[in-house]
Amino acid sequence: MSAPHFVVHDKTDSVGVVVVETVVPKTEMTGWVMETDETIKITALDTIPIGHKVALGDIAKGATILKYGHSIGKAVADIGKGHHVHVHNLKTTKW
Amino acid sequence: MAIPKKFKGYRRQNGRVGIRNHVVILPLDDLSNAACLKVANNVQGTLAIPHHYGRLQFGEDLELHFRTLIGTGRNPNVAAVVVIGIEPGWTGRVVEGIAKTGKPVEGFALERNGEHKTVMNASRAAQKFAQDASEILREECDLSELWVSVKCGESDTTSGIGSNPTVGNLIDKLDPLGITSCFGETSEITGAEDVCKTRGKTPAIGQKFYDTWQAYMDEVIEPFKTDDLSESQPTKGNIEGGLTTIEEKAFGNLEKIGKKTSYIDVLQPAEEPTKGAGLYFMDTSSAAAECVTLQAAAGFAVHLFPTGQGNVIGNPIEPVIKLTANPRTAREMGEHVDLDVSGILRREMNYDQAGDALIDIMMRTCNGRLTCAEALGHQEFVMTKLYRSA
Repeated sequence: MSAPHFVVHDKTDSVGVVVVETVVPKTEMTGWVMETDETIKITALDTIPIGHKVALGDIAKGATILKYGHSIGKAVADIGKGHHVHVHNLKTTKW
Repeated sequence: MAIPKKFKGYRRQNGRVGIRNHVVILPLDDLSNAACLKVANNVQGTLAIPHHYGRLQFGEDLELHFRTLIGTGRNPNVAAVVVIGIEPGWTGRVVEGIAKTGKPVEGFALERNGEHKTVMNASRAAQKFAQDASEILREECDLSELWVSVKCGESDTTSGIGSNPTVGNLIDKLDPLGITSCFGETSEITGAEDVCKTRGKTPAIGQKFYDTWQAYMDEVIEPFKTDDLSESQPTKGNIEGGLTTIEEKAFGNLEKIGKKTSYIDVLQPAEEPTKGAGLYFMDTSSAAAECVTLQAAAGFAVHLFPTGQGNVIGNPIEPVIKLTANPRTAREMGEHVDLDVSGILRREMNYDQAGDALIDIMMRTCNGRLTCAEALGHQEFVMTKLYRSA
């Protein structure tokens, strides 16, 4: 595949990381799952800066969000597939 | 790529190998900074390392102060040392600690001498050390004699995808060849502590790491904790770069130790490893300069520093090689970036190729190439303080 719009560390992850500088709503994104070398497709529903996360599926408020196959915190709002995941809807469980 | 097994380094009296040949003018305490700067100004080829502490410290905090100063002088990147302190007692303790390596070291005290006389006497010693050091030649050294430290900073999500796994790839390739290496950042393993525990060579070593991490949580985080540690974990830069939580940062951080390598022991801050070749965990702050200062004081000769948003750190005695996988950082801050691995994000470069490129720039640095931080004069030296002075 050519250069991906986003990458996913582990096949169980709930989020991917945007690796291009211009993702705007309705961008048809191609993603690379590094662990399995699979290609997946998602339509972005927000403007997502490079390095920021996109939800790979619908995530309910209170759900554990996985990246690297491990918990990186809990959703503090409902997050729809294709939306930006960051400090407004994801919170650490550590402090 | 065939990994180079040799490099040209400076072999010291105690057998350790350095990649730089500094003559250091080292203050015992804050009061002696001015005299050290004057000596370094008087004598070409010397380097003053000013810092803020050394008065009225006690107990474990004072021991760490001595370990850091003595270790800085002992580092094999240092050919000789002039120590200046306010009084002769503690000055002599630093001199004795450094002298055990066999390298030239001399101490001077300000009390009963004054600044002018001290600077004059110390300058005479420094001049001899600098001229003698200029005759030391690089000689062929084995890769297994190299001590490599790692720590990342101003991380973002590209660190976990690209630059940290590149360092991990290097560690996985060079650990079996006998290098000594070190990672730290106790607070920044929070969230990945259970996984990190499994990376100890034995369950007992993993438990030693876990106990060190737990002690930091109990003694520092619990009494003082605030929401997201007051924008310190993650930092503003981390958040700008897409990192949301400490857990996410921690899993990216841990990529630096590779997929296969296990750590063989846990070190106190600035403690020199004594169990031979292998990977060590050191109990350090995650602040870049504090961590690298402690690793340099433990004797590490070259540092690998992955960054996302563009940390600009250097160290006075240990060359800091910076790499980034963030294409914006590589483009906008190129003068700070020794290696651009942003091709990983575009799938133009895999980890194996990126790791080889890092080995290449590291070996060139060991052979004498200046890092970006050296060329730009970055010499951040920050002592770790454990508690308030008396």
